[in-house]
Amino acid sequence: MVETLADTVRVYLLLVRMWSRAAWAYRTSFVLLTVATAVVTGLDIVAILLIFAHTPRLADFTLPEVMFLYGTSSTAFYLADSILGTVDRLGGHVKAGTFDVMLLRPARALVQVAADQFTPRRLGKVAQAVTVLVVSLSLLDVPWTPSRALLVPLMVAAGAVIYGAIWVSGAAFQFVATDASEALNAFTFGGNFLTQYPLVIYGREWLWALTWIVPLAFVNWQPALYVLGRPDPLGLPLAFRFVSPAVALALAVVAALAWRAGVRHYRSTGS
Amino acid sequence: MRVYVEVALRGFRRHATYRSAAVAGAFTNTMFGFIRAYVLIALWQARPQLGGYDVVDAVTFAFLTQTLIAPVAVFGAPLELGERVRTGDVAMDLQRPADFQGWWLAADLGRALFALGFRGVVPLAAGALAFRLDLPTEPHVWLAFAVSTLLAVVVSFALRYLVALSAFWLLDDRGVHAIAGIAAMFFSGLLLPLVAFPGWLGAFARALPWAAIIQVPADVFLGEHTGAGLAGALGFQAAWAVILLALGRLVTAAAAGKVVVHGG
Amino acid sequence: MRAVDRISFRIDSGEVVGYIGPNGAGKSTTVKMLTGILTPSAGHIRVAGLNPVRQRVALARRIGVVFGQRTGLWWDLPLTDSFELLRHLHRIPSARYRENLELFTELLDLGAFLHIPVRQLSLGQRMRGDLTAALLHDPRIVYLDEPTIGLDVVSKAAVRSFLAEINRERGTTVLLTTHDLDDIERLCGRVMVIAGGRLVYDGSVDGLRGRVNAERTLVVDLAAPAPRLDLPAEPPGARVIRVDGPRQWVAFPATASAAPLITAITARHEVVDISLREPDIDEVVRRLYLGGLRSSAAAASSVGDPSGTDDPSETGGRSATSAK
Repeated sequence: MVETLADTVRVYLLLVRMWSRAAWAYRTSFVLLTVATAVVTGLDIVAILLIFAHTPRLADFTLPEVMFLYGTSSTAFYLADSILGTVDRLGGHVKAGTFDVMLLRPARALVQVAADQFTPRRLGKVAQAVTVLVVSLSLLDVPWTPSRALLVPLMVAAGAVIYGAIWVSGAAFQFVATDASEALNAFTFGGNFLTQYPLVIYGREWLWALTWIVPLAFVNWQPALYVLGRPDPLGLPLAFRFVSPAVALALAVVAALAWRAGVRHYRSTGS
Repeated sequence: MRVYVEVALRGFRRHATYRSAAVAGAFTNTMFGFIRAYVLIALWQARPQLGGYDVVDAVTFAFLTQTLIAPVAVFGAPLELGERVRTGDVAMDLQRPADFQGWWLAADLGRALFALGFRGVVPLAAGALAFRLDLPTEPHVWLAFAVSTLLAVVVSFALRYLVALSAFWLLDDRGVHAIAGIAAMFFSGLLLPLVAFPGWLGAFARALPWAAIIQVPADVFLGEHTGAGLAGALGFQAAWAVILLALGRLVTAAAAGKVVVHGG
Repeated sequence: MRAVDRISFRIDSGEVVGYIGPNGAGKSTTVKMLTGILTPSAGHIRVAGLNPVRQRVALARRIGVVFGQRTGLWWDLPLTDSFELLRHLHRIPSARYRENLELFTELLDLGAFLHIPVRQLSLGQRMRGDLTAALLHDPRIVYLDEPTIGLDVVSKAAVRSFLAEINRERGTTVLLTTHDLDDIERLCGRVMVIAGGRLVYDGSVDGLRGRVNAERTLVVDLAAPAPRLDLPAEPPGARVIRVDGPRQWVAFPATASAAPLITAITARHEVVDISLREPDIDEVVRRLYLGGLRSSAAAASSVGDPSGTDDPSETGGRSATSAK
């Protein structure tokens, strides 16, 4: 088990190195894309700053609080995106026949799809999100306790696993519906955009759905309520602030099963 | 002229073959419409009448602009032209006895028509079911909106055409495409209505061509412009369309020369 | 829809087998099942003692695959980078890797383009790169799907002599799908024909020609236009099938030797040039399928007809397939 995991990581890093070199082959695009990525991921925070230029509070949340939500959600999201965001191109690989080629290599298909087209510039997005998170932590006016402080890295890690599980499940779905990659964006990029804001702005019905159906509330909202010392608008018990890791684990298991089922039902196209 | 109609129809039919992708895209555009609507509601609850919109205008703006995303292809795939430059197939395109830019414009208009009809209507319809929207009641506003949307697609095409042509010099237009995408997202009003951009930033953004892609058609739809103001808004779009298309022709000539130098 | 149905065969270690059939007959489907890409809906497959789907990663270490129209190389990087990656993926010992790369570089003449990005290589160069990539880890079995498609004459020859060499020196089992009869004739001791998803022939190449009464053609260029050629009695069945000015076409059974025919013609006529045309493989297969053979009988006979030795303990490249 440990050896398999180590080997998986080794293969992933080998492929990442390969793709990074390939990205460097188009230098102008590489530099422009690096700049573009850094800027585009910063745009969401610019929007938040523009909103707070008009009002000191949004749904009763202050700018540092919204920045904290943005920082935790986006750090988790871009971590997952860096590691395996390209799995959303699975449908394209199936249609182009490149998935067949991956199946011929002595490495797990999921690792190969995840490392596919990796470029180091993805890490720039993480850096941007971490910066906002650090700034928000310095601005927040909360009495820091060990449990609050510990919950911050924990929620980022759990959030990354939740996003990763959504990505892999969405990729597995593309074994059935090869054109569905754009619908997956609603849950990944949409999920990230959604959780950058206090979930109360979406109203009780959406909040309920985001807790019980697509559990994005556990990416940052539930733990953040504890860190920020706020009551839960749905009145859920205190324990819910700490269950993100369990939710993440459960979703990861579901994603792994979905992926296995997808590969088993894979029908290669073309000749 | 007939040939361009044919090209446009082909563009339409080509994209019509990706119907399931269009459904997936419509779903995502709609979900983002809801998220953006709630964010704008929160902002307009804090600041009613911000930028001359009321909260219904703001919600309408959120869904309408999600409707426009696909036709104006703000985040869309780059023009296939860039790929053809990279592979060298463009040399064949340049031999065609039809206007090069006109050919690609026709194909893009066909694509936009499909995107509007099959994909774009979904977010607006879903928004209208869930919220009270400020839909135009007078026929002439719908007509003005149709003209404005057409001009928006042309301006967007002219910009993407310039991006694709950069591949003649850079070998690969993906980097430029990404940068252009960011500019489009920020300055078009998709990120936040330009009316909510403060002071000089707002004035600056409203003068740029990207305003002609999203913000202006949305304002026409919301009835923000009437009489001379409406003519001015459409004129603003038309002016950017003419300027950018003309620029595209200059660059095309330079690029075609480059192909000849390289011997096809 | 059934792509393949009731196909059953066994290949022994060290064999070179041609696998042919018209487009859409099920060749690629079979290869994809043998490599673990596709799961058969019914039936049983063992390759090198492994279940291809369940033990795909382990199998990938023991087989090499080349899809002629699809590359497994990194498009934007030189061949050496792709080879280095495979060295790590397959954990090839570095001495062995150097030895193999040196040998393949020599046999396939890769030296001139090892350091050029793959996207800039010609089709023939890329195919030679793909072949190297498929064989660097000393696989016991290689599958080649149309390895010579679209290649120039020089590249084709290089690919064929390379495969023959590898098979001879290392005993690598080769399964080759192709449209090119030359590939089969120069490499394969055995040929399997699939048509409409069924195996309709399994045996030697000559046997294949004989069974479908295929014909070869002599193209004779005379010094001047002449009436129909005067042909000898040997081989029986030889006849002029077309006359076009000074050029005439003579058909004769594929199993017969061309030598007496050529001798007789050159003795009786003033001949400028003679060339020999092999029967087109698609034509052979078409005849085979259209009733040159009782196809069901042929398929049945191949089931219990493993050629060569049948000792599982030493036949690494032994695969038996049956799929419905």
